[in-house]
Amino acid sequence: MIAIVDYKAGNLTSVRLAFQALGTDAHVTSDAGEIREAERIVFPGVGAAGSAMRNLSDLKLIDALKGAVASGKPFLGICLGTQILFDVSEEDGGTPALGILPGRVPRFQPADRWDKVPQIGWNQVRIARPHPLLEGIADGSEFYFVHSFYPAPADSALVIGTTDYAGITFASMVGRGNVAATQFHPEKSGRIGLRLLKNFVTWTPSIELPKEKRV
Amino acid sequence: MLTKRIIPCLDVIKRRVTKGVKFKNNIDLGDPIEMAVRYSDGGCDELVVYDITASAEHRPIDIGMVRDVAQAIRIPFAVGGGISRLDDMSRVLLAGAEKISVNSLAVKNPAIISEGSKAFGAQCIVLGMDPVATPDRTHFPSGYEITVRGFRERAGIDAVEWAKRAEGLGAGEIVVNSVDADGTRAGFELTITRLIAEAVSIPVVASGGAGCSAHLRDAFNIAHADAAIVAGMIHTGEFTLERIKRELHAVGVPVRMTW
Repeated sequence: MIAIVDYKAGNLTSVRLAFQALGTDAHVTSDAGEIREAERIVFPGVGAAGSAMRNLSDLKLIDALKGAVASGKPFLGICLGTQILFDVSEEDGGTPALGILPGRVPRFQPADRWDKVPQIGWNQVRIARPHPLLEGIADGSEFYFVHSFYPAPADSALVIGTTDYAGITFASMVGRGNVAATQFHPEKSGRIGLRLLKNFVTWTPSIELPKEKRV
Repeated sequence: MLTKRIIPCLDVIKRRVTKGVKFKNNIDLGDPIEMAVRYSDGGCDELVVYDITASAEHRPIDIGMVRDVAQAIRIPFAVGGGISRLDDMSRVLLAGAEKISVNSLAVKNPAIISEGSKAFGAQCIVLGMDPVATPDRTHFPSGYEITVRGFRERAGIDAVEWAKRAEGLGAGEIVVNSVDADGTRAGFELTITRLIAEAVSIPVVASGGAGCSAHLRDAFNIAHADAAIVAGMIHTGEFTLERIKRELHAVGVPVRMTW
């Protein structure tokens, strides 16, 4: 069973409907026990980082999420879910986040007045390194984005895909081991997005322990 | 590069898509769910569905239709019509829409923008506005006044002022639907679209008047719109989304070419 984590950060209907379209059993939950028992975790979300972190804390989900990551279960972050996997978001003057991935989450600072914030729409993802979730997806495929902040991983080895916006190239897909995370919304990205989610449903992450950690 | 979005608009009355000129002479075009699927399969980047009589009939939006659209397509869509309270917004989002479009009711009660933005995030809240050109620059410095209730009433508000105010209140996007251009298929009203695109830092969607690919090109290149709404030109079958995109791509407008 897939657990879609509901921490009152936006609407999860389209995530649920996308898995339903794939014929996969996915369950929206705010329950730490269900997250522990699930085989796969989807961690979506839209909105502000500060209130998202408060909600996770109030719902007592932080340990369950960190436990799921540590257990090696396939884990997929989407949009705000991806952003708060990092150490700190620069939203609301600096919000400490989950610290599951090293890095921070700055806001777009466009030099060109016509680059609007939020970025809304379909933008290309260039594949930085092959990943099982991108199987069957062409380099440069477009995915749907809605965001004002973007992931800036501290370790370039985390970068799976990149996207250009507002004068910079940012990490639009990151991951390590059993964690993969997208800034874009695969659940709203048509056929190509569904392919990524289908890849997630069958993904068996290989054991890929970080070098600095002892077994 | 971020591509320019092309957004078909479905005006719905009693679960049928209709198209009229300046909100009159409506003709039946088909089933909204079938059309949503056809356009999504045909390469549209987003959809907007308006329950156009909900407001006038003082009833909530047709939530069953929103749910059916959400089941049928895997791309984002916005919903408008009859949304006056947070509760309405919540129901539309839970039914599977990505965005809520507010228009006349936001003019009457601007707080709905800030309340919606706080509750669901700015990215969910689209301000639709229907500006009309006016010679009265004293009261309307931009030369455009906001109208409400399907162009039937003038609101006494300057269009650019209203756009800035809505951005400040937390709108995530603004759809500029020109009263003068609506339904004419003679091109978007580039002047007001550009004035608003210059005035705000959130995305702006051109609406009203699309009749050929060059009209969209001008909305993007001259008015700096981030997206454009199309209706009649594709509803009649005269243009396909694929053809519009191919023609825009050929003149260097970034559009999504695979779907």
